[in-house]
Amino acid sequence: MAQPTVVLSDLSRRFRDVEAVDRLTFTVGGGELFGIVGPDGAGKTTTLRMLAGVLRPTGGDARVGGVSITRDPEGVKRHIAYMSQRFGLYTDLTVRENIDFYADLFRVPADQRARRLERLYRFSGLGPFERRLAGQLSGGMKQKLGLCCALVHEPEIMLLDEPTFGVDPISRRDLWLIVHEMVAAGITVLVATAYLDEAERCDRVAMLHAGRLLALDTPEGFRQRLTGRIQTVRTSAPRQTRDLVAAHPAVRHAVLFGDMLHAILDDPARDWPDVTSRIASAGITILEEAAGEPSLEDVFIQLVTSAPAHA
Amino acid sequence: MPDAVSVRSLTRTFGDFVAVDRVSFDVAEGEIFGFLGPNGAGKTTTIKMLTGLLRPTDGQAIVAGHDVAREVAVVKRNLGYMSQQFSLYADLTVEENIRLFGGLYGVTGARLTARRDWILEMAGLSHHRTRVTGELSLGWKQRLALGCAVLHEPPILFLDEPTSGVDPVSRRNFWDLIYEFAEAGTTVFVSTHYMEEAEYCHRLALMNRARLIALDRPDRLREAVQEPLLELRTDNRARAVEALREHPVVLEAAMFGQAVHLLVRDRDRAMDEVPRVLRSAGLACEALEMIPPSLEDVFVALVRREGGAPVG
Repeated sequence: MAQPTVVLSDLSRRFRDVEAVDRLTFTVGGGELFGIVGPDGAGKTTTLRMLAGVLRPTGGDARVGGVSITRDPEGVKRHIAYMSQRFGLYTDLTVRENIDFYADLFRVPADQRARRLERLYRFSGLGPFERRLAGQLSGGMKQKLGLCCALVHEPEIMLLDEPTFGVDPISRRDLWLIVHEMVAAGITVLVATAYLDEAERCDRVAMLHAGRLLALDTPEGFRQRLTGRIQTVRTSAPRQTRDLVAAHPAVRHAVLFGDMLHAILDDPARDWPDVTSRIASAGITILEEAAGEPSLEDVFIQLVTSAPAHA
Repeated sequence: MPDAVSVRSLTRTFGDFVAVDRVSFDVAEGEIFGFLGPNGAGKTTTIKMLTGLLRPTDGQAIVAGHDVAREVAVVKRNLGYMSQQFSLYADLTVEENIRLFGGLYGVTGARLTARRDWILEMAGLSHHRTRVTGELSLGWKQRLALGCAVLHEPPILFLDEPTSGVDPVSRRNFWDLIYEFAEAGTTVFVSTHYMEEAEYCHRLALMNRARLIALDRPDRLREAVQEPLLELRTDNRARAVEALREHPVVLEAAMFGQAVHLLVRDRDRAMDEVPRVLRSAGLACEALEMIPPSLEDVFVALVRREGGAPVG
């Protein structure tokens, strides 16, 4: 791992009697694409807001680009771009005017603006739309413009809070390509998401639960943490099958992905034939079955459902 | 079985702009019907017409047996609608929100009490009925919003991106409820951008540039993509996409998890040329194999075939 650029030490935030973020400690390396996932209320947004210097911690500290967020929250802002779920674009200004506005705000020197604008347009494909009002852009284009504005001061670290919220699959691909190009250009990216298929793209992923760090690993490392093995089956009656399979003593867990059932068993070679014979004797037709590779979602569900409950 | 929704040549224009262009489809009773498309494809305009919020310019839509253009009030009574924003009052308690929706839908007395208890039970909020709605977790808010949308037991339920931003565990619980409704005969019409959510639907309609471009079961839509899909493992995904996206054999190149997905014109040519392009760009080709397309690949391939997504 390169020089650490974001270092959290017991970072905590309490809201009245709720520990929204509870003694988080981890380190993000320079140039890393780092994912933060977790259920609602896990503390993802609160963590990013503290790292961005816009919310004070109630305990612990973090260094972002070498600057302490408790001692110099304003100094942090020079090193980062922060894009919240609802980034503040001016809908009655054009694409170009929005970027210029943020360039003024971040005091980007006049002689560097043309080069940066050219670079941002190349990343985002927004060049042909520079005279369009931001309010008239599609959801995906708005998110891209938000990214451009957040990146205009060429920060070392980018904090993204659910960047693809409400964005269609094609624009999502474009947005992720921009993020990967940023990473290839040496920028460190921390991204919070509720979607595990997005977390699969990251170099490492922190799973948060009730404000605490549940686990931190590479996507591959997470897959290896799964207790048991995955067996998949698609039948003529998916939900009935799920109830039947979940009730089998050899099955740890059974969840549906669409109409495909993922069952987790310790020893499928020994126990799966008995499970399928029970499905068949209930009069259900098995359409396909196979040994499956665990997805991050399988691991996430197992980790979260075995973690202590919270309100 | 009669169709819950029957749409014939439905059209809506705004001045010169055609937002929805002669769209026709039927939704069966008890069906979970997914409605997909890029931003700006005409999905929202279609849903607004089906829910009586916007008059069609031309064509016809029958919802629960009533014409949306001529019997707006009856249509509205027969449907439940849950939007992304949940339309709950954040400063009211859980119970106050339920009573408010009861008033809106004309559900009163013993029936309201019964429906209230059902919602509290279904949403897991029985012990939180006096809590202020704004303080609930997103998963709870979502189940409460769903309960309020079906308080009047409508035969048809419209869901607009129902689980945006919701974590996988809550999303799964939500879809369990949706399946229960469908099994009890409720027709569910879902618009979504998330292919994981689309996987739950019985059938999917895909819109692009105001037209309906595909309508089928998820597994059949996968078969509708004839171009081969290759999965590439490489040491630098972003640079690999850049190196390959302009190549004549590649139709679409995108990062997908820890891999790159390539939609190609010709499998053999691609298997031959992709490693060569990567080598000359100084990139490793760790693995290259043909795989079945994910629903996201299907979505992108079909939209691409029909002229690409609307720009801007």
